[in-house]
Amino acid sequence: MDAALLIDFGSTYTKLTAVDLENEEILATAKDLTTVQTDIMIGFNNAFEKLKEKIDLSKVNFVEKLACSSAAGGLKMIAIGLVPELTAEAAKRAALGAGARILGVYSYELTKHEMEEIVKKKPDIILLAGGTDGGNKDCILHNAKLIAQYIKDVPIVVAGNKNAQDEIDDILNDAHVYHKITENVMPRLNQINVEPAREVIREIFMEKIVEAKGMKRAEEFISGILMPTPAAVLKAARILADGTDKEEGIGELIIVDIGGATTDVHSIASGEPSKAGVTLRGLQEPYAKRTVEGDLGMRVSAVSLWEAAGTRRIKKFVPNTKYDVEERCKFLQANVNFIPKEEEDIEFDEALGMVATEMAMERHVGLIESVYTPMGIIYSQVGKDLLNVRYLIGTGGVIVHSRNPKKILSAGKFNPDTPNYLKPMNPEILVDKEYILSAMGLLAEKYPDKAIRIMKKYIVKA
Amino acid sequence: MGKTVVLGVIGADCHAVGNKILERAFSDAGFNVVNIGVMCSQEEFISAAIETNADAILVSSLYGHGEIDCRGLREKCDEAGLKNILLYAGGNLVVGKQEWSDVEKRFKEMGFNRVYPPGTSPEVGINDLKHDLGIED
Ligand code: B12
Repeated sequence: MDAALLIDFGSTYTKLTAVDLENEEILATAKDLTTVQTDIMIGFNNAFEKLKEKIDLSKVNFVEKLACSSAAGGLKMIAIGLVPELTAEAAKRAALGAGARILGVYSYELTKHEMEEIVKKKPDIILLAGGTDGGNKDCILHNAKLIAQYIKDVPIVVAGNKNAQDEIDDILNDAHVYHKITENVMPRLNQINVEPAREVIREIFMEKIVEAKGMKRAEEFISGILMPTPAAVLKAARILADGTDKEEGIGELIIVDIGGATTDVHSIASGEPSKAGVTLRGLQEPYAKRTVEGDLGMRVSAVSLWEAAGTRRIKKFVPNTKYDVEERCKFLQANVNFIPKEEEDIEFDEALGMVATEMAMERHVGLIESVYTPMGIIYSQVGKDLLNVRYLIGTGGVIVHSRNPKKILSAGKFNPDTPNYLKPMNPEILVDKEYILSAMGLLAEKYPDKAIRIMKKYIVKA
Repeated sequence: MGKTVVLGVIGADCHAVGNKILERAFSDAGFNVVNIGVMCSQEEFISAAIETNADAILVSSLYGHGEIDCRGLREKCDEAGLKNILLYAGGNLVVGKQEWSDVEKRFKEMGFNRVYPPGTSPEVGINDLKHDLGIED
């Protein structure tokens, strides 16, 4: 039987998913600890041994072995632009959509001090933007010169003012700084163009970063580490929503992934105002949008979650807990491998998951503001209107292993108490119960029709 | 000629028709128009002018609160490094029947290079802008 082996070299676990390509079924999944410090293949082989216990390998022919990775800190990036709300924000969104972890966003002309800070943060890639096409050149040229002076071996993606490209190319060539030039992330004011930069980031990831992170050895066995894990999830989300040439998609959707350290939200939706008479303002939003909340997590970020939410907001979801919220969050942060078994521990974790979902959704979706005039109220919207999105999908260990994923995810729905946040009104809540989204993003690279059919089968009602 | 102007309606003002007409008229006259639309804050005008390296900012205000909305724009431009950028204002800048010369004087003191009374046609602004930027017809 022809099968595909899909691998996710995660920050903690290396997860394997074996897919029967003929019957479009998940044969088995297995995981073991990631071993990027020593040899990435040790962890892989351990997981593979476990997989062998579940399927008879003599009957299976792996015709595809594809991987994604967020090991060794993930893809760490710095985004640089001109105005914080404009090209710097556009650059940040491009990097997030490419699956990166953002170490910092910088704007205006960089100082030497900032440049030293950037070097210290040890990014894998720097994305340099600034100026609309035909717009400001001075800033991006200044920043390119500083980069040429300070950066030795970090690849640079240049995605700024088209009219500055040739000069930047010369500056970076003269300094022997590896770089690729692509289309501007904001070619016209407020118009976003993130796909070309995302594609170039992925090329550099495959060509350079995999090797730099000591994962090249894996490529002797597998066909390739194709992309960072979050990019695979976004890819899967996109195929599931939009469909393929042959298969219909399920329509606009949102994916929430609650982790120990971060909470990710992906939306595949146009986000146009759903009500008449609303003026859309600010930077255009990417159709496929990813946001990452580094302060909202269940373990490593439990204390920062408490700091961001406050005790009362957490207690709203566990009014009768016996724990002191602050103390409990400190305990969870100190015990990252803690797995709740007692009823009250499970309830407390669920409450944290709900707060993380609620806040991450508030930060992801658009905001509507009302302006009072003698004519009555008029409305302006910044960000995506997701009121009518049809599906809210949960993934990630916390949700997949929860006994009550629907309860946790419901915290992401529209809330009449805070009606300014354009969260989905009545979405159907689904769960990625076999935890296959990133695997399907990989499979979709070669077999998009199969990937979407498998997702439709395995991503089910909560 | 490739001169860039940022155009928008300032404050909580949602009058959209004149804005569209101005966009069309200035584009037809050869300007590269960056239209940020209605209900724009001073910061939005400034950010747009920085990223696009604009030569002038054209502010409209129709609903009568123009004076309050425009105050401080020149100072913020200076602060943002938009040295000597041209600032024009027009529309129905103030409420009621006020002596135009007084209104004009107040706006000039606020740092606006040109100020237009209600009903000024776009052509007047276009000719002034060409003159101020040294563009020959
Ligand atoms: C249509 C309209 C509305 C519509 C707007 C719909 C929309 N989204 O566009 C609605 C009903 C929503 C509305 C609401 C209000 N409106 Co009203 N509205 C009008 C009306 C009738 C026409 C405006 C118009 O489209 N004109 C046509 C365009 C082409 O002309 P323009 O806007 O003046 O722009 C031209 C010139 O002024 C010039 N220009 C403009 N800016 C600049 C800048 C430069 C640099 C240059 C060179 C030239 C220039 O060129 C433009 C193109 O030719 C006017 C009265 C009138 N006849 O002008 C009142 C009027 C503008 N509204 C007025 C008011 C008070 C309001 C309200 C506060 C409440 C009310 N009483 O209706 C609210 C405010 C809402 C808000 N927050 O903005 C007053 C303003 C009074 C003042 N400034 O002293 C007016 C003048 C009516 C009046 N006589 O009382 N309004």
